[in-house]
Amino acid sequence: MDTYSFLRQLADSWVLLAMFSFFVGVILWAFRPGSSDTYAAVARIPLREDAPAACRGCNGADCAAKKGARND
Amino acid sequence: MNYLKLVILALVPLIAAMGASWARDIAYQVHALIIMSIAGGMFLWVLRHTDEPERPRPMSTGYADGVIRAGVIATAFWGIAGLLVGTFIAFQLAFPALNFDWGQPFTNFGRLRPLHTSAVIFAFGGNALIATSFYVVQRTCSVRLFGGNLAWFVFWGYQLFIVLAATGYLLGSTQSKEYAEPEWYVDIWLTIIWLCYLAVFLGTLIIRRERHIYVANWFYLGFIVTVAMLHVVNNLSVPVSLWGSKSVQVFAGVQDAMTQWWYGHNAVGFFLTAGFLGMMYYFVPKQANRPVYSYKLSIVHFWSLIFLYIWAGPHHLHYTALPDWASTLGMVFSIILWMPSWGGMINGLMTLQGAWDKLRTDPILRMFVLSLGFYGMSTFEGPMMSIRAVNSLSHYTDWTIGHVHSGALGWNGMITFGALYFLTPRLWGRAKMHSISAINWHFWLATIGIIFYAASMWVTGIMEGLMWREVDDQGFLVNSFADTVAAKFPMYVVRGMGGILYLSGALIMVWNMWMTIKGGAKQSAPVGVPAE
Repeated sequence: MDTYSFLRQLADSWVLLAMFSFFVGVILWAFRPGSSDTYAAVARIPLREDAPAACRGCNGADCAAKKGARND
Repeated sequence: MNYLKLVILALVPLIAAMGASWARDIAYQVHALIIMSIAGGMFLWVLRHTDEPERPRPMSTGYADGVIRAGVIATAFWGIAGLLVGTFIAFQLAFPALNFDWGQPFTNFGRLRPLHTSAVIFAFGGNALIATSFYVVQRTCSVRLFGGNLAWFVFWGYQLFIVLAATGYLLGSTQSKEYAEPEWYVDIWLTIIWLCYLAVFLGTLIIRRERHIYVANWFYLGFIVTVAMLHVVNNLSVPVSLWGSKSVQVFAGVQDAMTQWWYGHNAVGFFLTAGFLGMMYYFVPKQANRPVYSYKLSIVHFWSLIFLYIWAGPHHLHYTALPDWASTLGMVFSIILWMPSWGGMINGLMTLQGAWDKLRTDPILRMFVLSLGFYGMSTFEGPMMSIRAVNSLSHYTDWTIGHVHSGALGWNGMITFGALYFLTPRLWGRAKMHSISAINWHFWLATIGIIFYAASMWVTGIMEGLMWREVDDQGFLVNSFADTVAAKFPMYVVRGMGGILYLSGALIMVWNMWMTIKGGAKQSAPVGVPAE
């Protein structure tokens, strides 16, 4: 079998099946039990950026990490 | 380290000087001179600073925002340049005398047109994508950009790519692939830059301090990886000479056409859609101050978009030498693609649920909503035009141009303007933009401009499509090509007017940005601290 026919047959069968199952798997994974709570937290990531990881839990003014920090 | 730099910076101008002297064509010669002067200047700069004692530099702890500031300015600059050229060539089509005799061949429509498309897509859009992706990835990963000055290399390297591409077009260097016109050495340079961009972005994701990767970063990463793949495959070519810009494509005939439109349509799908959706998933929730409507939908949106877009390219090649099965495949996937596109649009719009009142007072949010509206409109129009029967009317007509511009001006342009208005005060530590009413003016000028543009192109496109296929009772074509050109004149003028309106809106934005950056009391910006 020449390369073209081989690749064409492979693409039409196993690769198609693999890609389709991956796609369906990812979609199902998004709807797994318990995902709603996780995603509700993830969706808030952009909204809580002003208190980044290092500063969360500290009260701002006397936080060493915050004092020396500067965006550049 | 400096000595190594000096050796490299001495070799590059030397090779460039050889290139300038042996150049086979003017474009290559000018490019060699540009590279020679830049590398030579850098050589002198490094030489002057060699053996200086290492000054202890304060450790940068905040987010790396300098490169984003530069990116915001570059976006505004190239935006004006691209829109200006676009408006000019729109009038060249209406009034051919504007192809001035004294400017031939450098300023004729054929050379200015790729300058316009590349300036708006790659210079304006590309800088917007790079700048916003750097901003978003740092904020949503809670960590400083990976790779230190590599981000600056990406920024300046990309500007050099733009300059080489733009001057190349004017001097007649092109490999004649739409949206992939730059010749082989410019392509190689862009590949290097793009891999560095990937390294910065992916590196930041890897060192992130958030457990999850926010969905905007998925879209940005999809855009960066796919564009790298598309660019490399579509630009496989063999240079005729190392000292000339001409190259020969590796693919030929219908394979070349298919590769080109696989690239071309995915440039739309991943550069102008996935990348800009990354912007949408960050800036719309930020500006509305609400989390995205459905995070699950955003995941479904991402994977469906990635899995479907890549197959849609063949719809550009209906009724050509391409096999029917391939163009049918492209058409079917284009139509399926309508669903995830609208899912994404609905997700963006519904983010405003409970905050719709903000539209009355916040022109920036209004821009985002309008851009989502145009995203929805052009992702409906596109699948429709990909249907073979519709395509037989619309293809080669101005309807295509109208479709592209409702997407580019409406979706990409408006969301970029919104992001610039969002970023400018934050990056320069101002409370808000200098003038809110100027944003309102920009909004309305741009909106009316797009309407002029899209409406006139629908009319002229469908008209010329119908005129081309009109036959009399003997089966002879009724109209000559020149008849259609004459009939299109009024719509061409209206389109040019639309361009002027859109351009003046953008000029107001630049003035507004200038005043914001220059003036006003400095307000201490909320400082983000990456995790230690």
